[in-house]
Amino acid sequence: MKKIGKQTFVIKGDVVIRDTYTIAGKKEGEGPLKDNFDMIVDDSLWGEDSWEKCELKFQQTAVENLMKKNKIDKNNIDLLIAGDLLNQIVSSSFAARALGMPFVGVYGACSTMALSMGLGALLIDGGFAENVICVTSSHFCSAERQYRLPLEMGGQRHMSAQWTVTGSGAVWLSNSGSGPKIKNVTFGKIIDLGVKDANNMGAAMAPAAYDTLKQHLLDTKKEYDLMTSGDLGTVGKNIVNKMFNEDKMSIEDKYDDCGTIIFDIEKQDVHAGGSGCGCSAVVFGSFLYKKLLNGDIDNLLFMSTGALHSPTVSLQGESIPGIAHCIGIER
Amino acid sequence: MKYTKENYQKVVDEFTPKNKKLKNFVLAYIFGGGICLLGEIIKNIYVSVLNVPSDEASVMSSVTLVALSALLTGLGVYDDLGKYGGAGTVVPITGFANSVVSPALEYKREGYILGTAANIFKLAGPVLLFGYFASFIAGILSLIF
Repeated sequence: MKKIGKQTFVIKGDVVIRDTYTIAGKKEGEGPLKDNFDMIVDDSLWGEDSWEKCELKFQQTAVENLMKKNKIDKNNIDLLIAGDLLNQIVSSSFAARALGMPFVGVYGACSTMALSMGLGALLIDGGFAENVICVTSSHFCSAERQYRLPLEMGGQRHMSAQWTVTGSGAVWLSNSGSGPKIKNVTFGKIIDLGVKDANNMGAAMAPAAYDTLKQHLLDTKKEYDLMTSGDLGTVGKNIVNKMFNEDKMSIEDKYDDCGTIIFDIEKQDVHAGGSGCGCSAVVFGSFLYKKLLNGDIDNLLFMSTGALHSPTVSLQGESIPGIAHCIGIER
Repeated sequence: MKYTKENYQKVVDEFTPKNKKLKNFVLAYIFGGGICLLGEIIKNIYVSVLNVPSDEASVMSSVTLVALSALLTGLGVYDDLGKYGGAGTVVPITGFANSVVSPALEYKREGYILGTAANIFKLAGPVLLFGYFASFIAGILSLIF
């Protein structure tokens, strides 16, 4: 069996991350990673007549440009695995409608990027596919609208609230070629410690992030140059550090969070940091992937974290379950 | 998991940044007071310049504020004011107008009937319902006594 420990699947063959393509929105394009993105879109509608249509354009363009950049034909892609935050994952399925490739839609809230890459890696290692494209997206305006309040409603955001990243990141996985390789995949358990505050997603997700990360480290007994979570923001990141410190296995000097990397937390008025499916996708596809290519780091534990929040069951008194998935990558 | 629902809340509280209450109070006072002051100024203009009777001028002043708020919501300015003003921009009548116009704009893309019309009172609905209910109770009471 290719499973070690309790939850980790080991990739025995080659699963190469051949290339990535990232598109970021205006605010993200003004942040510290501005020089790392492949494309920055300043218009929040990108010429479309709704934010939902704009988000699917982000996702579709990310995949199209990834294929164009690498001169790959869509007939050579065995599977497209995609997800987003909207109801019925419309951005993904409507982008896939235009792309015309075999498509699997997945939903793991903001954990979807690591989820889709993990599933793609397993399919390739299992010999079922040679080339897989994984893509996720989120859009500040479409997410606000679905999960919170109308955009023009005047009000104050809580200090622990996070800013949904507008962006899409696509990744090409292949069983051949050169590039950083996925070595193992850990799918997490749903952990819910009763957080009900939709303005504090970082706190809702932190226990799941800690659980998956710790299980991965116990299962693989590996040390990483860098470990990143998806979108815990400052609150969740501090909680994860506290939990590891209590276990006397401090990770502080090697651990960071994509939600705190993508924005300048002080200057960009994003409160606790970035969030959304697009957050870990664009940070991985730009900044982290380049670090691996340049040799700044030899290996990376990439984790995406999701708050499986539903406005409907929240109103019915339910709390917010958290989930996290991670993949170990070596150059 | 080493934490339980009971003891995890303490960890959450430890790391969750507190809202700046004093600053929010002061800003809400300034913005809320400013909107009310503007209402008084508009009323006085109606009374002194247009010679409108005082009670009618009050109603006209409210209507003017509502129209102004709707305009600022449409121009995308009111939510920026709300970011600083907080309760000071939510509580006055202008906040009510904002809560009606913002969903109206938001749902326009789903059509005028099933989008705008069906969702326009999404935020203001509870205020309207309880407002109607309170006036119904008041009506009954005034009938009895």
